[in-house]
Amino acid sequence: MGLLARSAPARLHALLPDVPPHTILRGPEVGAVMVRGRTGGTGQPFNLGEMTVTRCTVRLDNGAIGHAHVQGRDKGHALRAAVVDALMQTDQADATQTQILTSLQSDESAARALRATKAAATKVEFFTLVRGENA
Amino acid sequence: MYVAVKGGERAIDAAHAWLAEERRGDTTIAELSVAQIRSQLALAVNRVMAEGSLHDPDLAALAIKQSRGDLIEAIFLIRAYRTTLPRLGASHPVETANMAVTRRISATFKDLPGGQILGPTFDYTHRLLDFKLAAEGEVPSAPTAPAIMEPVPHVTGMLGRDGLIQSEPAGNDTPSDLTREPMELPASRALRLQAITRGDEGFILSMAYSTQRGYGRTHAFVGELRIGTVAVEMDIPELGFAVEIGEIELTECETVNQFKGSKTEPPQFTRGYGLVFGQTERKAIAMSLVDRALRWKELGEDYSGAPAQDEEFVLMHSDNIQATGFLEHIKLPHYVDFQAELEMVRKLRAEALASKRAAE
Repeated sequence: MGLLARSAPARLHALLPDVPPHTILRGPEVGAVMVRGRTGGTGQPFNLGEMTVTRCTVRLDNGAIGHAHVQGRDKGHALRAAVVDALMQTDQADATQTQILTSLQSDESAARALRATKAAATKVEFFTLVRGENA
Repeated sequence: MYVAVKGGERAIDAAHAWLAEERRGDTTIAELSVAQIRSQLALAVNRVMAEGSLHDPDLAALAIKQSRGDLIEAIFLIRAYRTTLPRLGASHPVETANMAVTRRISATFKDLPGGQILGPTFDYTHRLLDFKLAAEGEVPSAPTAPAIMEPVPHVTGMLGRDGLIQSEPAGNDTPSDLTREPMELPASRALRLQAITRGDEGFILSMAYSTQRGYGRTHAFVGELRIGTVAVEMDIPELGFAVEIGEIELTECETVNQFKGSKTEPPQFTRGYGLVFGQTERKAIAMSLVDRALRWKELGEDYSGAPAQDEEFVLMHSDNIQATGFLEHIKLPHYVDFQAELEMVRKLRAEALASKRAAE
């Protein structure tokens, strides 16, 4: 579900252009979630600020229910994420995994790896100069 | 007091039409897209999200376009928009220790686990205008190196293991929320942090600077500054467990400050904390200094009368939307108010002149 929430709406749309027959039980509804941090990184929680989130709940014709809470305000994104969640509870789980989730996972891994390698290139390699009196 | 005045409708419509035209500017120049603002003016977008107190880069970019680049106006638009959103819940506190860092530096330790990672920083640039940017051109891709696999622990955690710094014990109290209930003073530290993280960057910067210049000095070192993405998790009632609902970029600053000790406790460093949406380094550092300055009471320090130690002064003047609202309302019609003052001055002058004449 995290993978679906983090995915780019356009990418999910491309991977699942046609949504299977379904009934919408809730939403898609745009709202805000208060993001909390911890004082000093480890202490008591405090309210950092809100983020936009869209939620949706669907029922497929076979009865499987799917939920989604996705970052941002894209209703199509939330709907598709809920449909994928529902599909994962049906006999199409394996196909959904390979056709959609694996692709999203590899996109995300590639993007993260690229950032991590750029960050690594900016890591400082200190070296200590030998001072005259110690030589 | 101001009174309702009618009759300006046509003028207002014309003013707004002209505003729209001026916003678009010279039509022989290509129009700026929201996507361009989002990706190329990302630090302005971050500031609007942080002070608008709503993480949504597309909306922040739209607000910047609509406000013609006036960031406080853009923040105002975001604050207004967020009031229309239903609150779906609150997240678990984000785990900044697990941040996927793009920048992580420490001014206190040269060698530390995870290393010093500069990231995409303005530091060490010469601050000379780069005229190459005035011409369009390809940007070479940044170099890469094998990703650092080791964990990147908090510096304060390392100091904490030896008891050298005041601990920040975990808790799960529900923090009060100044967007839900009016802020009451004295405010808890959680409430102060919420107010400062959404406070005006210029104001928080000046308050922090004043502590460095001696008005409530706290001898801060940047123990650690880190920028990167963290997962946001929330409990979903329908599911009965927490799921990840997204990922956001944050800047975190932890300062290591002057130590204190007592007869019962050996001396240890104290800490200030800053956490802000987006890549917002100046704000996060300033936040941690102001947070530390406001902790004087709990740490048993003297109140020197410095502005940065004065909770009411800091918290009641840090919000640029409140400040703008009150400041700019004085340009609205105050005709009745002013008429009353004018009458008063005329009357006083007449009396003064009459008594002067009588004395002669």
